[in-house]
Amino acid sequence: MIRALSLLALVLLWVVAATITADPLILPQPWALVGPFLRETASGTLPYHLAMTLTRVAWAFTLAMTLGVALGYVMGRFASVDRWLDPWLVVFLNLPALVLIVLCYLWIGLNETAAIAAVTLNKIPNVATILREGARALDPGYEAMARVFGMPAARRLRHVILPQLAPYVTAAARSGIAVIWKIVLVVEFLGRSNGVGFQIHLYFQLFDVGMVLIYSFSFIAVMLMVEWLMLQPLERHVRRWRAA
Amino acid sequence: MIRVEIERKLFGGTEVLRDIRFAVAPGEVVALLGPSGVGKSTLLRIVAGIDTDFEGRVERPRRLGMAFQEPILLPWRSAAENLTLTHPGLGTDGAEEALARVGMAGMGGHFPGQLSLGQQRRVALARAIAGAPEALILDEPFASLDAETGAGMVALTARLIAETRAPTLFVTHSAEEARTLGTRVLRLGGRPATITAEDGQG
Repeated sequence: MIRALSLLALVLLWVVAATITADPLILPQPWALVGPFLRETASGTLPYHLAMTLTRVAWAFTLAMTLGVALGYVMGRFASVDRWLDPWLVVFLNLPALVLIVLCYLWIGLNETAAIAAVTLNKIPNVATILREGARALDPGYEAMARVFGMPAARRLRHVILPQLAPYVTAAARSGIAVIWKIVLVVEFLGRSNGVGFQIHLYFQLFDVGMVLIYSFSFIAVMLMVEWLMLQPLERHVRRWRAA
Repeated sequence: MIRVEIERKLFGGTEVLRDIRFAVAPGEVVALLGPSGVGKSTLLRIVAGIDTDFEGRVERPRRLGMAFQEPILLPWRSAAENLTLTHPGLGTDGAEEALARVGMAGMGGHFPGQLSLGQQRRVALARAIAGAPEALILDEPFASLDAETGAGMVALTARLIAETRAPTLFVTHSAEEARTLGTRVLRLGGRPATITAEDGQG
């Protein structure tokens, strides 16, 4: 309820601002976007670019989570590995996203591999840092129990280790997806010929504020759906034993 | 058969155990008695193979059953799953049966967080005894229970041990528990700790 009211207040603020500006080229009224949005959707352009961006987000997300979880786990479990890799982590954590993107394009070329590699590399240090804490917090009691009862590695991973890491994995996933889609837009802005970021670049050059807003809001809506329909239900499922 | 020959165990330069030799034969229940902090749990962890950093030799069968000081059940898995994950051969029916033997019939679907400490200890005991272990190790499995529940657990444990006839090593700081359950009592004392006395029981 409060959420809905707060969002409504934001739209009202927009209407007021648009009325004061009184220049649809700088800030169009919200309802002025409906027509172009429907046209763009009907022509298939908007769905196409949304799909391209979403594919890149999915790839980068999957790669960054897999590699980041593995790296963070190893660093959390083995202090010697951590001592060697921690300085790298600090360097990559503090490297601006833009630098990695530009370097990837320069070294790998203006292609899909470079785009996804750039986003993945940007996100891995973050995931690894969170998972390292998770691995450090693993309870040695469960480890001892699994060892005494001779649980094989695969079962130990699935039933003993992963459930302990689950809160850290979901935290990394939720903060990860938000960062990743923003970086994907920058990557597309700089060196791709499709995707939401590319379209925003195009309409930026045409000084078309309306279209920039349409593409931004469409993608925000898609990502909110991912959050509500996939991430939150997944988190509830993982946490169900706490509520029982 | 459990055979223990520990020459030395160091904790960061400090010697905590020295010259501990004993064996537990099938059907025998050996109680390890000693004051808190003397190194009983350390000794048990070595016997169970959790701690391998010591000088000496431990012979133990491959299939061990163990109950820890804390129940150490996986809180994200149900009571029955806690049994089947450690003993896959048990099956769902076997798990329910094992739970029934410790007086927890029909509670296999509960998560550990929904059970009282006494009930959790029962599940942990069921897990230790399920799967026909060739040796049993119990680390103060009756700690922090009220007197009545504790007495019930001791009686239950005595019955289960008698059924399996597995060589059993258990740690306690209560002389009464040691006398009730043990066929033989080993007293651990000194610094570094060693076996100071051995009383057989008839």
